[in-house]
Amino acid sequence: MKKKVLAIVLCLAVVTALVIGLVACNTEEEAKEIELPAYDGIVYPDYSDVVIPADFKIGIICLHDNSSTYDKNFIDAANKAIEELGLNSSNIIFKTNISENASCQSAAEELVNAGCDVIFADSFGHESFVREVAAKNPSIQFCHATGVSAASSGLDNFHNAFASIYEGRYLAGVAAGLKLNEMIANGTITADQAKMGYVGAFTYAEVISGYTSFYLGAKSVCPSVTMDVQFTGSWYDLSAEKETAEALINRGCKLISQHADSMGAPSACEQAGVPNVSYNGSTFEACPDTFIVSSRIDWTPYFKYIITQTVKGEAIVDDWTGTLATGSVVLTNVGGKAAAEGTVAKIVEVRRQLAEGTLQVFDTSKFTVNGEHVTSFLADLDGDYVGETEVCFDGIIKESFLRSAPYFTLNVDGITLLNSKT
Amino acid sequence: MKQNKEPLVHLVKRDNVAPWKPWVIRAATILGGLIFICLLCFAELKVSPFKVIKYMFTGAFGNEHNVLVMFRQMSLLLIIALAITPAFKMRFWNIGAEGQVLIGAFGACACMFYCGGKMSDAGLIVLMLVVAIAAGMIWAVIPALFKAKWNTNETLFTLMMNYIALQIVLYFIKVWVPGGTGSLNPIKYGNLPQIAGGDYYFSMIFAAIITVAMFCYLRFSKHGYEITVVGESVNTAKYIGINVKKVIIRTLILSGAICGIAGFLIVAGIDHTISKDTVGGQGFTAVLVSWLAQFNPIAMIFTSFLVAFLTRGTQEVMTSSGITNNFFAQVVTGIMFIIILASEFLIRYQIVFRKKHKDEIGGNDTESAEDSKTEIETENVNDEQIETAQAEEPIAQNVEVATEKGVN
Repeated sequence: MKKKVLAIVLCLAVVTALVIGLVACNTEEEAKEIELPAYDGIVYPDYSDVVIPADFKIGIICLHDNSSTYDKNFIDAANKAIEELGLNSSNIIFKTNISENASCQSAAEELVNAGCDVIFADSFGHESFVREVAAKNPSIQFCHATGVSAASSGLDNFHNAFASIYEGRYLAGVAAGLKLNEMIANGTITADQAKMGYVGAFTYAEVISGYTSFYLGAKSVCPSVTMDVQFTGSWYDLSAEKETAEALINRGCKLISQHADSMGAPSACEQAGVPNVSYNGSTFEACPDTFIVSSRIDWTPYFKYIITQTVKGEAIVDDWTGTLATGSVVLTNVGGKAAAEGTVAKIVEVRRQLAEGTLQVFDTSKFTVNGEHVTSFLADLDGDYVGETEVCFDGIIKESFLRSAPYFTLNVDGITLLNSKT
Repeated sequence: MKQNKEPLVHLVKRDNVAPWKPWVIRAATILGGLIFICLLCFAELKVSPFKVIKYMFTGAFGNEHNVLVMFRQMSLLLIIALAITPAFKMRFWNIGAEGQVLIGAFGACACMFYCGGKMSDAGLIVLMLVVAIAAGMIWAVIPALFKAKWNTNETLFTLMMNYIALQIVLYFIKVWVPGGTGSLNPIKYGNLPQIAGGDYYFSMIFAAIITVAMFCYLRFSKHGYEITVVGESVNTAKYIGINVKKVIIRTLILSGAICGIAGFLIVAGIDHTISKDTVGGQGFTAVLVSWLAQFNPIAMIFTSFLVAFLTRGTQEVMTSSGITNNFFAQVVTGIMFIIILASEFLIRYQIVFRKKHKDEIGGNDTESAEDSKTEIETENVNDEQIETAQAEEPIAQNVEVATEKGVN
C-alpha cells in the first residue's frame, strides 16, 4: 500500500513539474513575423468571363507528397487556383510520390483515363515520360514545370513553365546581406568574416542560377561577402541537408541558405542559432529564432492561366516565365527576430527596381569570373549541357529570357564550390 | 498445497491440421484485414467503407491500363521473390535483392549508354541481358563467398551491398549527366519491342517461365533437395556428404542471376533509364512475398498478386479521396501485412486460455496429486513450444522490417 501511495505522489509531482515547465515556456518572449507587403505592380488577368464546365479536370503529378516543401508549394498553389476560379476538389486529381521513371508515364496515362483536360508534372525528370504521353494524346494539354524541351519537341500540346525566381533569390540575398551588415556593425564578426553557406542540390543550372543571384543580392549591400556552396546530390534528403548545413556552420559560415526541399538546413540553423534564408516557403513556424525570409515561386497564376486557356481552347505558350509582375515570384513575411532592421523597406525598394527593369541581377559589371568581367555567355538551351546560344546582351546576361528554365552556369568570383567535382 | 499457477494464455502447436484449414484461416484474415482497413479509412479519411472497396478494385481492375500495370508490377515482384526464394529456403537471409536488381539494371543501362547506336539493337539487347545477369550474380556471390569462407553475417552484408549499388548508380548518373539533376533521360537504344502496343507483357512472360522453372528446380532436382537439407540442418547436410559451401555459393549465383534478369526487364522493357528509384523497394517487398508463400513458387503467384493489388488499390483510394501525402497509404498496407503475418503464426500455433479449476479443493488426494503432476508436465511442454515460437520471432521481425521498407 505504501508503494502505491508513493507512486501516486511521484506521478503527481512529475505532472506538476511538467505543467509548470510549459507555463514557464509560454511566458518567454515570442518571435513575431513582420509583414512584407505584396508588390503593388502585379497585373492580375481578368478571368471572370471564362465559364469552366463542371466536369473540367486538371491532373497534377508530384515527385513527392506534401511533406516536401517543393511539392507542397505546387499542391497549395493548385488548390488555391481551383478555389479562386470557383471550382472544387472534384475538378482536381493529385498523383503524389511519382518517381522519375515509367511510373510517371503510367500516372499520366491514368490521369488521361480519369478524363483530365490538362495534366501538369512538377519535377525535372518527369519531362520525357510526360512528353511520351502527350504525343499519344494530342487533344489533352500537358504542362511541365522546370522542363526544357517543349519548344524543340514539335508538340502543340506540351508546354514548359518556370519563373524568374533568380529575382526572388536576389531579394532574399539582399535580406541576408543586411543581416551580415548588422553583425559587422555589432562587432559580432569582422567584414572579412562575412561568409555565407549554401546547401545546393545538384550542380545544375537552376541551382547555380539560384545561389549566384542570392550571392549577388547579398554582395549588393555587403561588398565583402563570400560564400561556400556544398552540394548534396539530391533534391530531398533531410539528413544530408542537415549535416551539410552543420558542416558549413563549422567552416565559419555566419548565415545559411539552401536550394533543397527538406527542413534539414533550416532546423540545423535553428539548433545552432545561425540565421537562415529559406526557399519554397516560410519556415518561420519551425524556426522562429533564425528565419529571415524565404523566396518562392507562386504557381497559382500559372495554374489559372493553363486552366482558362484550356477551357477557352486557346494555345498555351511553350515557355511561360512568371515574374514579379505576374505575382509568380514572391517573398514571404520576414522573421522579426532574425532579420536586420530595415529589411522590409529595402526589399520593397529593390523589388520595384527589379520589376521595373532599372536593376538587373546578372549585370556583368557587378561581378567577375576569374578576375575578369565577362562580355559573352553561351547558354545551353537544347539540354545537352553544352552551351551554344549567346544570352549576354548589352552587358547583361538575360536569364530565363530565351527559355523559361534557368540556364546561367557561370562560376562567379567570391563563391567557393566545396564539392562540385564528380 | 499451493499449485503452480497456470499462465492466463499459452500457445500450443497445432498438429494434424486438415490441409484446407490454413487456407480458410488465410482467406478469413485477408477479408478481416480488408474490413479493418475500410474502417480505418472511414475513421481517418471519412470515406465510406464501400467506396474504399470500390476504389481498391478500380485501382487494380478499373480499366485495361490499370489491370496491365498491376500485372506488370506483380510480375516483377514475383520474379524478384522467386530469385530470393532458394536462398531463403536454405536459411541464407539474403535481403540484398534490392541491390542485386539495381546493379543488374545498372549493367543493362551502362550497355545502352556506351554501346547504344554502335551495334544492332538485337545484339545490344542480348548484351544487356548477359551483363545484367553477370552483374546480379557478382553482387550476390560476394556475400555468399564471405559466408561460405568466413561465416560472415549475410543479412548485414547483403544489406550493405544494397547501399553500395545505389551509390554506384548515383555516381554514374553524375558522370553521364554532369550538369544534371540525378536523372538520366530515357535512352532510345536497346529497348525491348512492345507487344500489343505496350511494355507490359515481357515481364509477365519471364515471370511465368521463371515460376515454373523455379518450382521444378526446388521440387524435382537434386540441387533443390540439397537446398532443403541445408536449410533444415547444416550438420545433417555435412553428415550425408553435401558440400554446404558449394551449395551456398551455387544458390546465390542463381539468386543473383534472376535478380539481374529483373533489373534487365525494368531497364530494357519499361524505364529505358536508371535512377535511384528504379527498384523502388521491391527487393524488400519480395521478401514478404516469398515468406508469405512459405517459399512455394506457385503460392507466390497469389502473394505477389495480393501485394500488387493492395499497393495499387490503396494508391487509388488516396488519389480518389484527394489525399496529397502517402503516410496513410503506407500505414494501411503495413497494417495489412502485419495482419497477414500474424495469421501465419496462428496457423501454426493455437492460443489456449487458462481453464478454471473449480474442484481443486476437497477432491481425492491421489487424484489431485496426479493432476498437478500432469499439469506441470504440460506446462513444461508449453514452455518448450513458446521457446520455439520465440526462436522464430526474429525472423518474423526481419520480414516486418523488410515490409516497412518495401512498402515505400
